[in-house]
Amino acid sequence: MIRGYELSHLLAGVMLVTSFALLYQERIASVINTFAAQSVTLALAVAWAAFSQDRSELFITALIALCLKGIVIPVALHRTVVRLGIHREVEKVVGVGIALMVGLALTGLAQALLLKVTQGTASHAREELALALAIILLGFLMMILRRNAVTQVVGFMSMENGLILAATGARGMPLVVEVSVAFSVLIALFVFAVFVFRIRERFDTIDIEALDRMRGDAR
Amino acid sequence: MFVQGGALGALAVVAALAAVSGRRFLLAVVYPVTALAAIALGVVDLAIWLGGGGFAAVLPIGLPTIGLHLRLDQLSAFFGVVINGGVLAASLYGMGLDRAKELTPRVEPLFPLFAAAMNLVLIADDAYAFLFSWELMSLTSWAMVVAHHTNAENRRAGHLYLVMAAIGTTALLFAFGGLAGPAGGYAFDTIRTQAPTPLIAALVLATALVGCGSKGGLIPLHAWLPLAHPAAPSHVSALMSGVMTKVAIYGFVRIAFDLLGPPAWWWSLPPIVLGAITAVLGLLYAVFDRDLKRVLAYSTVENVGVIFVALGLALAFRANGQPAAAAVAMAAALLHILNHSWFKSLLFLGAGAVLHVTGRRDLEGMGGLIHRMPRTAVFFLVGALSISALPPLNGFVSEWLLFQSVIAAPALPQSALNFAAPAIGAMLALAAALAAACFVRVYGVAFLGRPRSVEAARAHEVPLVQQIAMGGLALLCILGGLLGALLTGALAPVLKGLVGSELPNAGTGPTPFSLIAFDASRSNYDAVVIALFVAIASVAALLVVHRLSARRTRRGPAWDCGFPDPSPAIQYSASSFSQPLRRVYGAVVFSARETVVMPPPGDLQPARFSVALIDYIWTTLYIAPWRALLRLSERLNALQFLTIRRYLVLMFAALVILLSIAAVTI
Repeated sequence: MIRGYELSHLLAGVMLVTSFALLYQERIASVINTFAAQSVTLALAVAWAAFSQDRSELFITALIALCLKGIVIPVALHRTVVRLGIHREVEKVVGVGIALMVGLALTGLAQALLLKVTQGTASHAREELALALAIILLGFLMMILRRNAVTQVVGFMSMENGLILAATGARGMPLVVEVSVAFSVLIALFVFAVFVFRIRERFDTIDIEALDRMRGDAR
Repeated sequence: MFVQGGALGALAVVAALAAVSGRRFLLAVVYPVTALAAIALGVVDLAIWLGGGGFAAVLPIGLPTIGLHLRLDQLSAFFGVVINGGVLAASLYGMGLDRAKELTPRVEPLFPLFAAAMNLVLIADDAYAFLFSWELMSLTSWAMVVAHHTNAENRRAGHLYLVMAAIGTTALLFAFGGLAGPAGGYAFDTIRTQAPTPLIAALVLATALVGCGSKGGLIPLHAWLPLAHPAAPSHVSALMSGVMTKVAIYGFVRIAFDLLGPPAWWWSLPPIVLGAITAVLGLLYAVFDRDLKRVLAYSTVENVGVIFVALGLALAFRANGQPAAAAVAMAAALLHILNHSWFKSLLFLGAGAVLHVTGRRDLEGMGGLIHRMPRTAVFFLVGALSISALPPLNGFVSEWLLFQSVIAAPALPQSALNFAAPAIGAMLALAAALAAACFVRVYGVAFLGRPRSVEAARAHEVPLVQQIAMGGLALLCILGGLLGALLTGALAPVLKGLVGSELPNAGTGPTPFSLIAFDASRSNYDAVVIALFVAIASVAALLVVHRLSARRTRRGPAWDCGFPDPSPAIQYSASSFSQPLRRVYGAVVFSARETVVMPPPGDLQPARFSVALIDYIWTTLYIAPWRALLRLSERLNALQFLTIRRYLVLMFAALVILLSIAAVTI
């Protein structure tokens, strides 16, 4: 039995809750804040895993998560939102109720699948993996349910949080891979940012439906 | 093995040289080098076929961790003799090509590569090597088909060929995948040790039939063959038709008789049924076609069908534990493979000679060539008689063996095969009769009568070396017929390897030349005796007629039906010859419709006669799926224009569905 199993489970659970919170946040600023909270929780979870399992290299992962996704990216996104002047915009495709019901179904799917697949391994790893898969799926769902490019970026980052959590629990991913994943996400952020500004320059909005109108097949 | 390596290396080197420099001299050197390589390879193959031995090697090239497995056993060696004989004849013919006009860097560098690729297929001993050389063979031959790409018809033929070759290779890929099984042992040695389940065996057999059948021209996968084979230069056509189809059959024999393990009786049904249909339909196509080379290509389709029937019968007999009968059927198949490679190459080279001197491929423009190219005419006649399976030539030997095994088929325990046997025999008999009609028509219209065009009237004999190529093949056809029994006896080691037995009672006949299928009292064919009888009877009849008739030969004007100075166009034409068959079979199979447009009396316009045939295989099995594919792709085209979010939704839905399936099934 691994030490501190309850605490890591709790932190993973908190991350899942923040994922649900991301789904129903109305305003962009609060979406970014919720994402920052999720990233900080991730950093805590990874740090706890490093401490309880005596894997000191995980501290670096935790530090990267805290600095990049807990602080740098949220601050950058806030600035972007302010510069674009969209901090009051509300954009949703479906209602909160449906979004949460779908999210619930996805969480159930993740649990059902992973608990079945990983039969025979340590229960601690199984449940944490299930939570991580649920977070990934919810991040994807968020990308679908949002129109705004900035919130899509947040959904993408949230998926990545789930991946890091899974990697921590799975004990398989070497540090090099984690670092490269982190940096690729950072680069993806830059790319997103550039595109967001480009879109904005051209169309005076960052609603991605504008791209479709530009392509000439809007409905 | 060193001979093989050296010869194949020489072919590659000369191909590379010719391709890089493209100078006339190097282009012309291709043919002597290929001929020498073919002789070397053929001699080694002949020695291994008759004497055993062979080699096996694993070279450290090709895919990592798999390497390249090569092996030459007696089956490969037999096919090697078939192939290198054809390659030798085609190279000899190529040496007679006009250096200034007919050599092109689009054909000559590929010719030795094509020959090398066909040899490589035979010695490949793992799936990767097999498919690689198979593709090399397809691509080099395809490139030669589209060599004269300015002709739109050739481009179309090349396109169709490429599509069919891709389909065939894909099918073979699946066949080898099924043979290798989940463990993925792609070396043939590993495959031989595995016994597939009946379902896997059925799938492998089906895909092998598609893969090899499409290359060999098994109906309904034949559509490319009558277009592509004639489009290539004639000596390449000879190789493709006479030899490459044999490589396809080799692939099927290798898979069905060697790799797939002990056969079940139902394996025999698809090759028998498809083969019989192919035999009859192929000749019905041939007999209505007016293009000399296309007629020959359709006739190849027919012969491939005949060979597949024999292979199917061999499978059936072997599955039922009747090795002797299996040996008869298998001997018929192998012998027909050898014979067909000889006479089909001969006929294509003859057609090439005719095409070269007249520049025409349509039969309606030929005629009277026997006076202008007497030697070619004789050689072509030998080929036509052989392919029509007339004794004492070689075509008869293999057909006789085939009919012997068909007659033995009612002894099989399965009622399906029992009932099919008489029908198959009837269809083969019909095919044999149609073949005779087809080649009487070809020979009569092309070589007899009076020239129907200026080009035909100006025809002349081809260079000596091309005559040697044709003459050698004609000699082989005659010898193969007279010495058919010895040739069949030589097949014994190959037969033992494939079906575990040789011909029962071989060599028990009254003379060394008598061929005994089952036992001497029941079935005995002695070509030499028959040849002697024919010769003596003809000479005697000639003498008697001469003695009874007036002494002096008088030459008078030909009877002109009362029309003085008739135009050669009023001679019996190719279409006229096939009209009775068209009325009997064409109306049913091709919905043939003849329309005659008669101008009213007093009008000076000529009357017109036209025939419309509908190729139902083409319209239903090629055009209809093609249209369906186009419609489907138009529907799916909408997927190209979704919004970003919709693409994400699609991805997400796919992910969730797959995860759900995993959650439910695991």
